[in-house]
Amino acid sequence: MVTEYKEGSVGAEFNKREFKVVGTRPPRPDGVDKVTGRALFGADFTAPGMLHATVLRSPHAHARIVSIDTSGALAMDGVKAVVTSEDFVKQTSSGNQDTLDNCMARGKVFYDGHAIVAVAATSVKIANAALKLIKVEYEILPHETDVDAAMLDSAPVLHEGRKFRNIPEGNNANVSGYWEFGHGDMDEGFAKADIVIERSFKTAATHQGYIEPHATLATMGPDGRGEIWVCTQGQFMVRDLAAAFVGIEASQLRVTASEIGGGFGGKTTVYLEPVALALAKKSGRPVKMVMTREEVFRASGPTTSSSTDVKIGMTKDGRITAGQAKLRYQGGAFPNITAMLGAMTAFASYDLEAVQTQAWNVLTNRPKQAAYRAPGAPMAIYTVESVVDELCQKLGLDPLEVRLLNAAKKGTLSSYGPTFDEIGLVATLEAAKAHPHYAAPLGPNQGRGVSCGFWFNFAGNTSVSMNINEDGTVAVIEGNPDIGGSRASISMMAAEELGIPLEKVRTIVADTNAIGFNDVTDGSRVTFAVGLATIKAARAAIQNMCGRAAQIWGIDADAVDWVDGAAVPTGHNAGDFPPMSLAKIAADSAKTGGPIAGHFEVNADGAGVSFGVHLVDVEVDPETGFTEIKRYTVFQDAGKAIHPDYVEGQMQGGAVQGIGWALNEEYIYGEDGKLQNAGFLDYRIPVASDLPMIDAVILEIPNPGHPYGVRGVGETGIVPPLAAVANGVSHAAGVRMTELPMSPPRILAAIDGAK
Amino acid sequence: MSKIHVSTSINGDAVEYLCEPEETLLDVLRNRVGLTGAKEGCGSGDCGACSVALDGRLVCSCLVLAAEAEGKTVSTVEGIAEGENLHVLQQKLLDHAALQCGICTPGILIASKALLEKNPDPTETEVRYWLAGNLCRCTGYDKIIRAVMDAAAEMRGA
Repeated sequence: MVTEYKEGSVGAEFNKREFKVVGTRPPRPDGVDKVTGRALFGADFTAPGMLHATVLRSPHAHARIVSIDTSGALAMDGVKAVVTSEDFVKQTSSGNQDTLDNCMARGKVFYDGHAIVAVAATSVKIANAALKLIKVEYEILPHETDVDAAMLDSAPVLHEGRKFRNIPEGNNANVSGYWEFGHGDMDEGFAKADIVIERSFKTAATHQGYIEPHATLATMGPDGRGEIWVCTQGQFMVRDLAAAFVGIEASQLRVTASEIGGGFGGKTTVYLEPVALALAKKSGRPVKMVMTREEVFRASGPTTSSSTDVKIGMTKDGRITAGQAKLRYQGGAFPNITAMLGAMTAFASYDLEAVQTQAWNVLTNRPKQAAYRAPGAPMAIYTVESVVDELCQKLGLDPLEVRLLNAAKKGTLSSYGPTFDEIGLVATLEAAKAHPHYAAPLGPNQGRGVSCGFWFNFAGNTSVSMNINEDGTVAVIEGNPDIGGSRASISMMAAEELGIPLEKVRTIVADTNAIGFNDVTDGSRVTFAVGLATIKAARAAIQNMCGRAAQIWGIDADAVDWVDGAAVPTGHNAGDFPPMSLAKIAADSAKTGGPIAGHFEVNADGAGVSFGVHLVDVEVDPETGFTEIKRYTVFQDAGKAIHPDYVEGQMQGGAVQGIGWALNEEYIYGEDGKLQNAGFLDYRIPVASDLPMIDAVILEIPNPGHPYGVRGVGETGIVPPLAAVANGVSHAAGVRMTELPMSPPRILAAIDGAK
Repeated sequence: MSKIHVSTSINGDAVEYLCEPEETLLDVLRNRVGLTGAKEGCGSGDCGACSVALDGRLVCSCLVLAAEAEGKTVSTVEGIAEGENLHVLQQKLLDHAALQCGICTPGILIASKALLEKNPDPTETEVRYWLAGNLCRCTGYDKIIRAVMDAAAEMRGA
């Protein structure tokens, strides 16, 4: 269901128009390959003479590597190469060095599963047998996996000297980052409140849970030229990191992205790729590496876990007078900025006179966190939205009315600094309030939860080329792996702008040598930024085609316009010529100057922030503590939904990942610092029978920064479910839940504790 | 140890292969027979991405030994369409936009086909429980369930 927004704004880029292709729901261009098994994913590539490589990983949470003896493995029949951290080039940037040290431990292992040695052999079986012959001597060190405990002075220190920014006095060496945001007088704000609630919350680390494990195939000849085929969210990122780590220039490494079996942020970095390349260099043969599911859990991905204190003041009529949050995140053994993003997003839904957030990143003996859909925001907004809900509950106020009363809108000074332009929060809240779901009766042991959500969205470096083929068809060449249907949306925008039927356009995701640089597929940027660049590339091609028509007609290029896929003379001196179609101009191109193309390269801005509101009805079994999701509705501002099916798909998929985060998903570490649930049986992501249909209501409040008004939609959907489900469960169970996941034992304990 | 010789039928074609005793049917399909449609998401029977039908029975091919296919028939995603014509389930998954990344799609197709062969008129709850062994991380299952229900309706009418 798409609700049209009536008063479209006109910004720097946006112009209201009638669409012919955009907003329809055609089948996706890669669909047939994916339903017939022909689509090639990361592990589906092979090469002649290919070797297989596997990785020796640390059994310890924290240890110094005293020595590594690989001679036994190297002596084994079928083993062709072995690499350790010694085989990689030291990096000048600390961020790159961290990524490299995460790919292959240097001096120390920082978590259970940290890679130490990789072996390439003629079969996986031989490679695995060779791993058993490698001798690593460890000096085991004390470890810590809990965010709060790692901040104590008694905690073991992971790295000395890794503090950055202005870390306040009194923090130990594991605190690697500190940030603060906000404005206004907090004391004055809290003094104005009729009621103030302070609560502390914890959330567990979760994994992106993509069904396709990391997989790559690398080759490198004695000429120093390499190729990598890989499932990744960014082939240029893989090229730049892998080339730097093995010490070759970017031009010598060509990276091709395969079809990608889910990423959600988890494939925005490298794990296997530089290792496979180094093994290929050493062995002179192609090397394939595929992670097992256990490796995916132990050594890739997870998001941060968090511990947060929130304090919010409200007047009796529901006005928030002040909001404060102290957020402590751990994202494993290397510095990251996810806590900063949490502090920026925590109060973004509200128009506040006094707001303050502080965030700390803490190093622990866990795998290096990777981005996961709106990184940092779900757990931050969960805490704020839980306290706002409790305030509404205590004051007897309607939670949507209170959010409308305090909602951020155009002109609001956001809690993280910028002033908002056109945003869709109020429209989204009003849509939720008017929806039949909000008025539906609830049964016994049921509760309704509400939450807002926010994400910035990102734009970034983008290159698009467009070739007008001589038969009147169009090839769009872009550089961002298609995770959720973006080739369909890009083709639709190209067809729209050119004024030709969609089936005339084919969009491909090119390798690193075939198109200019692109940032990774992240930050909900692709439909926005690649779409924008596609529209501008089309305009460049149109300008070229208008020039060709002018040449044929013998009039000025300025006197030619482009209407409905054809050049037309315009203005009183232009003459009277029938429209000249794209196909005709393309067919005659050899006579008018040669091939026709358009391209556009930009470091884009203006992504346009996105808000969502989720409504959920849950039923909690008071005897077992089990929570059933009875009904779920997502409301989200898409700016303009290019392909509404795939916008709904993002909203539904994000909601269900958030439901998993709220109810089931959790990294469980033992006292020994080892991950105890590294598999889909024990790390339980939502399955079909856990869920009802997920209703999706798309709002369209145009983003002034995009020609068609597009906002990114990929991430916002995972933000509200944590609080929405927690608020629903708190109402159903009659006790405020403050820790995720809300597993049955935890809910039962809370119910018992409240008795 | 010497390899085992297996004669089997895959998607209607007679196929012979040599395999190690411990090799799974999934590994043989992907690495020896060259059918990469079935995917390995976990290797432990938890995700369903490797689903195939063995003598018509839905199985995780990562939990079946390759040697067990001797004398049996194996059906994979590559055998669902007939020539240029997609199966109704394939068409409905496309019509309903019921896939995003597509890695779970082969398993979803094989599992749903097995369901509809047993139960041509499943309820939504029956579809949800039947597909509970096929993990999808992208879609939240909504559009998949709708596509399977729609395919069932069309196949009943046909």
